[in-house]
Amino acid sequence: MSVMVARKKVVRKWEKLPGRNTFCCDGRIMMARQKGIFYLTLFLILGTCALFFTFECRYLAVQLSPAIPVFAAVLFLFAMATLLRTSFSDPGVIPRALPDEAAFIEMEIEATNGTVPQGQRPPPRIKNFQINNQIVKLKYCYTCKIFRPPRASHCSICDNCVERFDHHCPWVGNCVGKRNYRYFYLFILSLSLLTIYIFTFDIVYVALKSLKIGFLNTLKETPGTVLEVLICFFTLWSVVGLTGFHTFLVALNQTTNEDIKGSWTGKNRVQNPYSHGNMVKNCCEVLCGPLPPSVLDRRGILQQEENAAQEETCTRGPSAQEPTAAQGPGGQAEESSTQQDGSLPHQSAVPVPSLSNAEMPEKKQLTTGELPALSQDAGQAEH
Amino acid sequence: PQVHSLQELRRSASLATKVFVQRDYSDGTTCQFQTKFPPELESRIERQLFEETVKTLNGFYAEAEKIGGSSYLEGCLACATAYFIFLCMETHYEKVLKKISKYIQEQNEKVYAPRGLLLTDPLERGMRVIEISIYEDRCSSGSSSSGSSSSSSSGGG
Repeated sequence: MSVMVARKKVVRKWEKLPGRNTFCCDGRIMMARQKGIFYLTLFLILGTCALFFTFECRYLAVQLSPAIPVFAAVLFLFAMATLLRTSFSDPGVIPRALPDEAAFIEMEIEATNGTVPQGQRPPPRIKNFQINNQIVKLKYCYTCKIFRPPRASHCSICDNCVERFDHHCPWVGNCVGKRNYRYFYLFILSLSLLTIYIFTFDIVYVALKSLKIGFLNTLKETPGTVLEVLICFFTLWSVVGLTGFHTFLVALNQTTNEDIKGSWTGKNRVQNPYSHGNMVKNCCEVLCGPLPPSVLDRRGILQQEENAAQEETCTRGPSAQEPTAAQGPGGQAEESSTQQDGSLPHQSAVPVPSLSNAEMPEKKQLTTGELPALSQDAGQAEH
Repeated sequence: PQVHSLQELRRSASLATKVFVQRDYSDGTTCQFQTKFPPELESRIERQLFEETVKTLNGFYAEAEKIGGSSYLEGCLACATAYFIFLCMETHYEKVLKKISKYIQEQNEKVYAPRGLLLTDPLERGMRVIEISIYEDRCSSGSSSSGSSSSSSSGGG
C-alpha cells in the first residue's frame, strides 16, 4: 500500500458494501439498482392526486364538504410516507461473513461432511434445526458465506441475503423483508383506500355535475377525470387484490416467498412454526412488533489506510429514515449516537485500539504488523 | 486502570485465533446464541463464566424482541405518526442494544481481557455470531489451541 496523506474526503461504509444496491444522500437512503418502475409509481400517485386536488376537490369541497379534500390529503400523505419508508429503508439485509468467520464455518462443514475433491460441485450445505418441535433446515448461502437464518432468503436482484424475505418489489424499488414489511403493507393498504376514495368521489363528482350541465360537458370541462378514473380502475384490481393477499399472509404470519414455495402447505409438510395460531396475535406481531435496527452501518466511516497516526472515528449520521446500528465489515466500527451527547465506547475485536470519542486523549500508534493485515481484511471483505 | 489492560492487550498481544459462537434457532427467529462451550476456550476461561455471559446476552436480546403491551404501544404510536416519530425517538430495541454494548464492554474489562480474550458485539457481525478473539498467552507461548484458523488477520506475522 502506498503512503497516503490524510484525505479530506471520508469514505463511508456504504461505498464499499457488496451487493447491488444504490445508496443516496451519503448512505441514508438504500434502494435496489433498477428504480424505473419506482419512479412510475411515484408519478402515477402524484399525478392522479394532483389532478384530483386541482379539479374535483374544488367542486366537491364547495358542494358537499371541505372534509373531502382534507381526508384525501391525509390518506395521500400517509401513503407517500409509507412508500418512501419502504423504498428507502434497509429491508433487513444480513451482512456477509468476514473472512475469519467464513473460514471457521467452512472448517465446521468440512469436519461434518468431509472434503470435496477439487472440481466437484459441493453438495448443498444444510443444517437441521428444531423449532417448536419441528425440524427446519438452514441453507448455506454461497455468496454471503453464512448459514441463512430461518425465513431468510437471498435476493438475486439485490444480491443480498434478507431476513424474513418476502419478495423483491420493483414498484417500490426495493426488497421487502423483515424491517420494511409493515411499511409495505401499510403502503398498499393506504394506497387501496386512497384509490377507492378517489374513484368513488370521481364518480360522485361526475354524477353531481352531470345533473347540472350534462355528462359530456362535465367530461369536457375536466378531462382529467377520465384519466383518473382509468388509473384508479386498473389500480383497484391490482392493489386491492394485493392488499387482500397480504392481509391473508399477515394473519397467518407467512411470507410471500414461503407461500410461493409452499413451505407450510400441502400434505407431508410441516405446519408454520412461526404462527401463533391466533390471527390477531399474528397481525399484532407483524405490524406492531419490535423493529430491529439495521445492522448495516451504512454511514460509519471506513478506516482510512494511513501510515501516520491512526485516527478512528465513527459517526452515526442523522439518518432521516433509519436509525442505524454499528456494523463493521472491516471490523473497526465504533458506535456513537449523535442523538445523545456522549458516545458509547465500543470495543472491537481486532487488535486496534478502539477508542471512544470521550476518552481519546491523543492518537494511538499501531504496530505495523497489525495494521496492513487489517486493511487487507477490510479489502477482502468488500470486493 | 482496567481500560489500560484492554489497550495494552491490543497493542502488545497478537491474535492467535477466533472462535465464533453461532446463533441458536431452536426458539424460532429470535436472536439467541448457543451456550455450548467452545473447546478452544477450554484452557482460557471457566465454562460457567462463559455460559453466564451468553445467557445474559440472550436475556437482553429476548427483552429487546419481547412482544407485549409496550411494544404494541410503540408500534401503534409510530404508525399513527406515519413513523415520523422515529426521527426523534429511539426504539425500545435500540435502547436495549445500548445496554448490551455496555455489558459487553464491562465483561471484556472485567472477565475476558485479563484472560487474553475479547468479545465482539454481535451487532458488529450482523447479529450472526459472537466473535471471541483469543490472544496468545504471553506467559506461555503456543498455549493457544488447535492451530490458527486461516484468517488473514492474524497479526504480527
